[in-house]
Amino acid sequence: MQGVCAINDSAQSVVDAVVTQTPAVELRGITKRYPGVVANNDVTFSVARGTVHAIVGENGAGKSTLMKILYGVQRADEGTISIDGSEVSLRSPSDAIDAGIGMVFQHFMLADNLSVLENVVLGAEKRHGIADRARAEIERISGEYHLDIRPDDLVADLGVGKRQRVEILKVLYRGAKTLILDEPTAVLVPQEVDELFDNLRELKSEGLTVIFISHKLDEVLSVADSITVIRRGATVATVDPKSVTSRKLAELMVGSELPSPSTEESTVTDRPVLTITDLTLAGADGREVLSDITLTIHAGEVLGVAGVEGNGQAELVEAIMGMRDPSSGRILLEDTDISDWHTREIREAGVGYIPEDRHRHALLLDAPLWENAILGHQTQRPNVRGIWVDAAGAKADTERIVGEYDVRTPSINVTAHSLSGGNQQKLIIGREMSHAPRVLVAAHPTRGVDVGAQAAIWDQIKKARREGLGVLLISADLDELIGLSDTIRVILRGKLSGEFDPDVVTAEDLGSAMTGAV
Amino acid sequence: MQASLRRLGLALAAPVLALLVAFVVTSIVLLLAGDPVVAVWTQLLTAPRPRLIVGIINGATVYYLSAIAVAIGFRMNLFNIGVDGQYRVAAFAAAVFAGQGWLPGPLNIFVSLLIAVVAGALWAGIAGWLKVSRGVSEVVSTIMLNFIATGLVSFLLFKVADSTTGSNVTNTKLLPPSSRVPGLALISGTPNKIYGFVLLSILVGVAYWVILNKTRFGFDLRATGRSETAAVASGVNVKRMVLTAMLLSGAAAGLVGMPLLFGQDFSYGTTFQPGLGFAGIAIALLGRNHPVGIAFGALLWSYLEQQSNGLQIQAGVSSELVFIIQGVIVLAVVIAYEVVRRAGLRMEQRNVARQLSADQPGYHLPEGTPV
Repeated sequence: MQGVCAINDSAQSVVDAVVTQTPAVELRGITKRYPGVVANNDVTFSVARGTVHAIVGENGAGKSTLMKILYGVQRADEGTISIDGSEVSLRSPSDAIDAGIGMVFQHFMLADNLSVLENVVLGAEKRHGIADRARAEIERISGEYHLDIRPDDLVADLGVGKRQRVEILKVLYRGAKTLILDEPTAVLVPQEVDELFDNLRELKSEGLTVIFISHKLDEVLSVADSITVIRRGATVATVDPKSVTSRKLAELMVGSELPSPSTEESTVTDRPVLTITDLTLAGADGREVLSDITLTIHAGEVLGVAGVEGNGQAELVEAIMGMRDPSSGRILLEDTDISDWHTREIREAGVGYIPEDRHRHALLLDAPLWENAILGHQTQRPNVRGIWVDAAGAKADTERIVGEYDVRTPSINVTAHSLSGGNQQKLIIGREMSHAPRVLVAAHPTRGVDVGAQAAIWDQIKKARREGLGVLLISADLDELIGLSDTIRVILRGKLSGEFDPDVVTAEDLGSAMTGAV
Repeated sequence: MQASLRRLGLALAAPVLALLVAFVVTSIVLLLAGDPVVAVWTQLLTAPRPRLIVGIINGATVYYLSAIAVAIGFRMNLFNIGVDGQYRVAAFAAAVFAGQGWLPGPLNIFVSLLIAVVAGALWAGIAGWLKVSRGVSEVVSTIMLNFIATGLVSFLLFKVADSTTGSNVTNTKLLPPSSRVPGLALISGTPNKIYGFVLLSILVGVAYWVILNKTRFGFDLRATGRSETAAVASGVNVKRMVLTAMLLSGAAAGLVGMPLLFGQDFSYGTTFQPGLGFAGIAIALLGRNHPVGIAFGALLWSYLEQQSNGLQIQAGVSSELVFIIQGVIVLAVVIAYEVVRRAGLRMEQRNVARQLSADQPGYHLPEGTPV
């Protein structure tokens, strides 16, 4: 904690020097309570006009709640917000827009089947009409900030980076002077991130203010003029990026020593446990969503698959798990062909599965933890005996999982819904590891979990590898992939690239392969 | 222990709330219509006489089976609106067979029950098959099948009708006396007897509870109802599950008419009690798909109907008033359950957060805590 104060002091003086004129946005003592938890506790910071101000903090630290308050979606229980020196009361997003605040959400709010022009004017028809005046205005904004947006393009035809710029343009069109960007880089590949940052610098140089929410520290350090760290709902420090390293910043965020995903020495054997040959899968419209996928995972090997979301990762996982029928190709579990097996048979044969969306695919949110521990293994001991559910056996086994995998819960009888994301995920991993799997299919295993749970999950994957499992790891977090994998493949438009060696590959190499730039 | 008490309290809060709302709304309706509010409630709330008690239990016996049939579907998010058609087809088929008296007494009853179960299951199976093979919503297909069932049975009834001279009632051949299920004289003070098949209802209720809560199949069925996507990922064959659940629901629906057939009417005819399937939907909602809850719901439904018979004489109010009460109860209970469910979730989340932060100071806020 002492370190924190030291940085706080030295950096605060720098920040004070910057904030000589009236801050564009100033938050004082913002507190927001939900039943049983305090999401924001006395959050105080100010943002200078014409700067990029980053808000960093791990998942669940209260960043999103704070931004919702600033955008008028939620009201703070205590505290004040000032824009350009005068206090404002933001009751709804339209109040925020009137005050010159615009929000670019992480998940784009665009209608695919409408043009850029139509998307931009939607809901703001009164500003510049819906036709030529609006078109001219869009072209003007696009030109001024180098957004490279053409008003008559169909949104469906635009890539992710461009869609994001349409969102930014939408906000500017509504007269925003302060832009809030919520995790804007989560959906971008490294090259697109660079483009975004160029845009942000452009906005800044035109006198606009950007509030940038992220937990990716390297990005924050490269683009922000000032960084506010939030931990457990409270502001920990506001620091100058020039005087702080990313490691130091991470420690401010986590408040403890930082875990790293790096693996120990190789445990890869030459015994294949999962072999996929020429797997092809046709989508609903007849186009191939997976083409000629060939891969081999050996016992003790973690095979990482990188890729921009929507390039066939989900389909690959579902094909392996028997939830989709491949059009052609073979999937071998050791020497057994499981291509046309049913999901239950595949699970019984020893394939553990950590789905990408745990709420939709891994949990019964309204059911107690011990029933969730049965899910996916409802034909296996100790959960069942013959046709009967063995509640006593399942409960005892759940107690064991909760203990061994550090699932923080007061009881195994509470619903899965009442646990945090990290604890839900630990329960899922514990459950999947409890039935002697030979292969573990893990899709985004640390998505949306806090740093503590992330470290625990990484440890479990490393442990699985040591115990001789073959692990297929799908992730959007390149550091996680590089740190945990023995081999990395990149998936792009349903095709797998060659192998990358995680010891020598860089995030840029992978980024190029992910966009097909090579 | 404390947690389970709280859960019980929450479970009871909703129906009690709904009954209160129904009481208030009905009173308002009576006031607006200028009817005697006090006289109506006095009539409805006086203790029923023994004869009525028998009527209440007998009515509930039949409703219970119907509600269980609906509840089987509800537990996996299937809306079997077709219990009405299923029990007609089943009762007709069983009545035609049993009336022939080909088999000796008890065996005749047993085989007739089997026929009813199979007929109900097959009729519901049409909707199940349409859903899994063609994606037809079971709501639409079961409603349509209700119409078809009504028409089909009337048409066939005319063909096989046992023409009694001097009567315009059309019905199947009367059961031989050896194939009738004797009533149980459980209530003193009245010659009326309770259907012997009240035992069948209890048995079905127990089987429902055991299958759903204690077996692997039941786990799969409930998992599918709670989250189809999670069930698929866990290895449940959802199509097969839909078909099986529809068949089971139809099988239970097949039994609905049996207490009437074997204990009261002894034939299937144009006067056979209609509308049992729809009452079953309301009662399943009221009883929250729980075998004991449904029993209370069925008794309440039957109680209101029996007590309303005297309304016209005692209070000068049409006995149709009871439909208003029943309707309001169902609407209110659906809303109340949702309100109570959300309150329960919030309460639990708060408790978990509190207990954890007390135990472990290093604990982080649950993500996605109500926003």
